[in-house]
Amino acid sequence: MNAVIAAPPPADAAPAPVLDYSPEFVAARRAEVVAALAAVLPKSAILSRHEDTVPYECDGLTAYRALPLVVVIPETEAQVAGVLKICSERKIPIVPRGAGTGLSGGALPHPLGVSLSLAKFNKILEIDALSCTAIVECGVRNLAISDAAAPLGLYYAPDPSSQIACTIGGNVAENSGGVHCLKYGLTLHNVRRVRGLTAEGERIEFGSAALDAPGLDLLAVVVGSEGMLAVTTEVTVKLTPKPPLARCIMASFADVESAGAAVANVIASGIIPAGLELMDKPMTEVAEAFVHAGYDLSAAAILLCESDGTEAEVAEEIERMTQVLEASGASRIEVSRDEAQRLKFWSGRKNAFPASGGISPDYMCMDSTIPRKRLAEMLRSIEEMAVKYDLRCVNVFHAGDGNLHPLILFDANDREQMRRCELFGAEILEQSVRLGGTVTGEHGVGVEKLNSMCVQFSPGERALFFAVKQAFDPDHILNPGKVIPSLQRCAEYGKMHVHHGLLPFPDLPRF
Amino acid sequence: MRTAEPVLRRLSEQVRAAAAAALPLDIQGGGTKTFYGEAPRGEALAMTSLQGISSYEPSELVVTARAGTRLAELETVLAQRGQCLPFEPPRFATGGTLGGMVASGLSGPARASTGALRDYVLGVSLLNARGELLHFGGQVEKNVAGYDVSRLLAGSWGILGVICEVSLKVLPCPPAAATLRFDCDQARALAQLQAWSAQSLPLRASAWYREQLYLRLAGAAAAVHSACERLGGERLTPETAAAWWDSLRDHRHEFFQLSASELAAGECLWRLSLPPTAATLGLPGPQLIEWGGAQRWLRTHTDAAVVRTAAAAVGGHATLVRAADKAAGAFTRPSEAVMRVHRRLKLAFDPAGIFNPGRLYADL
Repeated sequence: MNAVIAAPPPADAAPAPVLDYSPEFVAARRAEVVAALAAVLPKSAILSRHEDTVPYECDGLTAYRALPLVVVIPETEAQVAGVLKICSERKIPIVPRGAGTGLSGGALPHPLGVSLSLAKFNKILEIDALSCTAIVECGVRNLAISDAAAPLGLYYAPDPSSQIACTIGGNVAENSGGVHCLKYGLTLHNVRRVRGLTAEGERIEFGSAALDAPGLDLLAVVVGSEGMLAVTTEVTVKLTPKPPLARCIMASFADVESAGAAVANVIASGIIPAGLELMDKPMTEVAEAFVHAGYDLSAAAILLCESDGTEAEVAEEIERMTQVLEASGASRIEVSRDEAQRLKFWSGRKNAFPASGGISPDYMCMDSTIPRKRLAEMLRSIEEMAVKYDLRCVNVFHAGDGNLHPLILFDANDREQMRRCELFGAEILEQSVRLGGTVTGEHGVGVEKLNSMCVQFSPGERALFFAVKQAFDPDHILNPGKVIPSLQRCAEYGKMHVHHGLLPFPDLPRF
Repeated sequence: MRTAEPVLRRLSEQVRAAAAAALPLDIQGGGTKTFYGEAPRGEALAMTSLQGISSYEPSELVVTARAGTRLAELETVLAQRGQCLPFEPPRFATGGTLGGMVASGLSGPARASTGALRDYVLGVSLLNARGELLHFGGQVEKNVAGYDVSRLLAGSWGILGVICEVSLKVLPCPPAAATLRFDCDQARALAQLQAWSAQSLPLRASAWYREQLYLRLAGAAAAVHSACERLGGERLTPETAAAWWDSLRDHRHEFFQLSASELAAGECLWRLSLPPTAATLGLPGPQLIEWGGAQRWLRTHTDAAVVRTAAAAVGGHATLVRAADKAAGAFTRPSEAVMRVHRRLKLAFDPAGIFNPGRLYADL
């Protein structure tokens, strides 16, 4: 995917050293920072040449790019502490980075900052079948934990779509979910302890090897804090016994209203499915063309509804869910016969993003959450917006928990399309807040949804977020400018709104 | 929920007056947990008039209610729709409120399998020292917009502000349940619980006391039935089972009852929160074990420092729950790095230091 938009200026409360962007200033600053870092890192762990740092200029949200001043790739916690101490003394912004798969620009580099790659922290330190926990370094991939635990009949439950590549440290930063979090919870519910370093480079632990820790529950704030409160180096995760069996129902619906109602009916019947996903017709078509999963192309929406557990449990749940889906007006119901067919049902859903990438130069993935009962209403609104902004949109929803992933298709090389896409996205988020939801369910705010945070939170609430940030990171050096928009930024965003989407200076890049 | 409502306006005015005068407030719900933690001090801020369930839709699995709502009322309303608070919050006595439940952050027997209270908090409305009502989180399960302040408030003992309204995730009650009892000593019980926890069993709660292990299974009828057949043991009647688990949940079991004379003689009730795999602790005094070994209650005359050192040695911590003298501190102090964050958070949320000062730590 290509993208053309210029790097956003670092926003907000960064304790900004003089933000002069002249190439001479940047070069001088770079030389100074490299020299300082050389005191704690071997030369090979410091990247500062353009060709070495350019691979780090974006994360999974490729439309936003910035060249980092320096990239460091430490190997030990002591080295990370050393880097943090230097940056803290000199007030140099630090942007922690895992696999760079994030979808909200949370790892977008700071042009005068150090990108801290934690890629070398990739060891699984311990897997304990008795306590059902694993202790892993932050750079271990999500799926690698489950692979390592598999011989013991255990796995790590949260399964974001990027689980092949994304790291547990990144999952902690984003409080990642996945298709099975309806039943098994988010990252927060599956993490016992986070060990890391404060902005000043001091070792700190949140949570414990027990089920709670004394004092305020700081673990709950650190999980999902997008790398702004501390640098995670090691995580103790809870492992779950692998259910002996899983089966999936694929149900077709002739209209989105009955599909939405079916979702509410399944939950109301007292069942928490292992997964409950919805794809609309445009998405089904794209996914079917990509993986040939056997989706019903005549349906307005299809639901994937999974049960897992023992054979008897699964049989009982599948029967009850089938009844509810039929009563809710499903036009076709198919239950996976075996594991191969179950995986086939899921293959299209799991490949929704790459499939969309195949039919459009770029797509922007939204991530809001709404109350389940508003699903159909939301889909109708998105259809109208697609007409209004003259862009295509395909929809995959984690319907069970109301988390939406509309994928807006556009060409980032066309600035006009990019602009319309951003407005389309912002309107989806605003509509989500209006319907009683939130602007981000699992991808995080990053830089992408800063403006939308102005819609969701009052000035007093945002001030408190800044205060939380300040309590952990008094100098605002950890990932500055992300997540919490400044008062000024929200004031400007409010002004833009007066014009009902007609932005002043439409050629100016905005983020 | 708006600050213009008379009840909320009165609370807000009292808070602002207290802030202006820098006078501490003791945020009061039903007064059922006054014994827990450090002693409350300050002028009473009565929350019980802030009552009522604001919204409840079973198909959304979310209930929103005001802080003064009685926990008993909330649980009755949920039960009518076949739903529950899966973390089984302790009630200790009648009259407890939702706000007190969240502020104390305590969970009951099912915690090890269902998760803690904080896992079910979706959103909180908080009154700050300026009398403003701030909203964090919301009514949806997946929500990563901003820092998760609502879950930070769970277990904060009111030191960060006044919890006025809470949204909680609720779940369907399990369709079937059974309680099994086995005779076995502590070490064998712990080993057995660990072995079971790694298997696909519908474990809901466990407890060991006086050479007997109690196991509650809950879930789909088929799963409970087959687990009962596999595990054996003596099956309790539903009435006996309910009474047993409630007696642990609410501390009505004789183990938790320390008479005035026992307290005066220096006996204390401790809660040890440990890694479940921690071996039997060699501390004097009877123990009652829950949460698959992760929560161990201890009655002892032993010095506080000895108990805390033993808990810390295995990676846990110890809370002095009932004692005639809590000079040793009710809660274990975290590391200095964590304590520093505590002090800064307290200052950020409560610059005048008026909200439940000293309730969590004497100097906070």
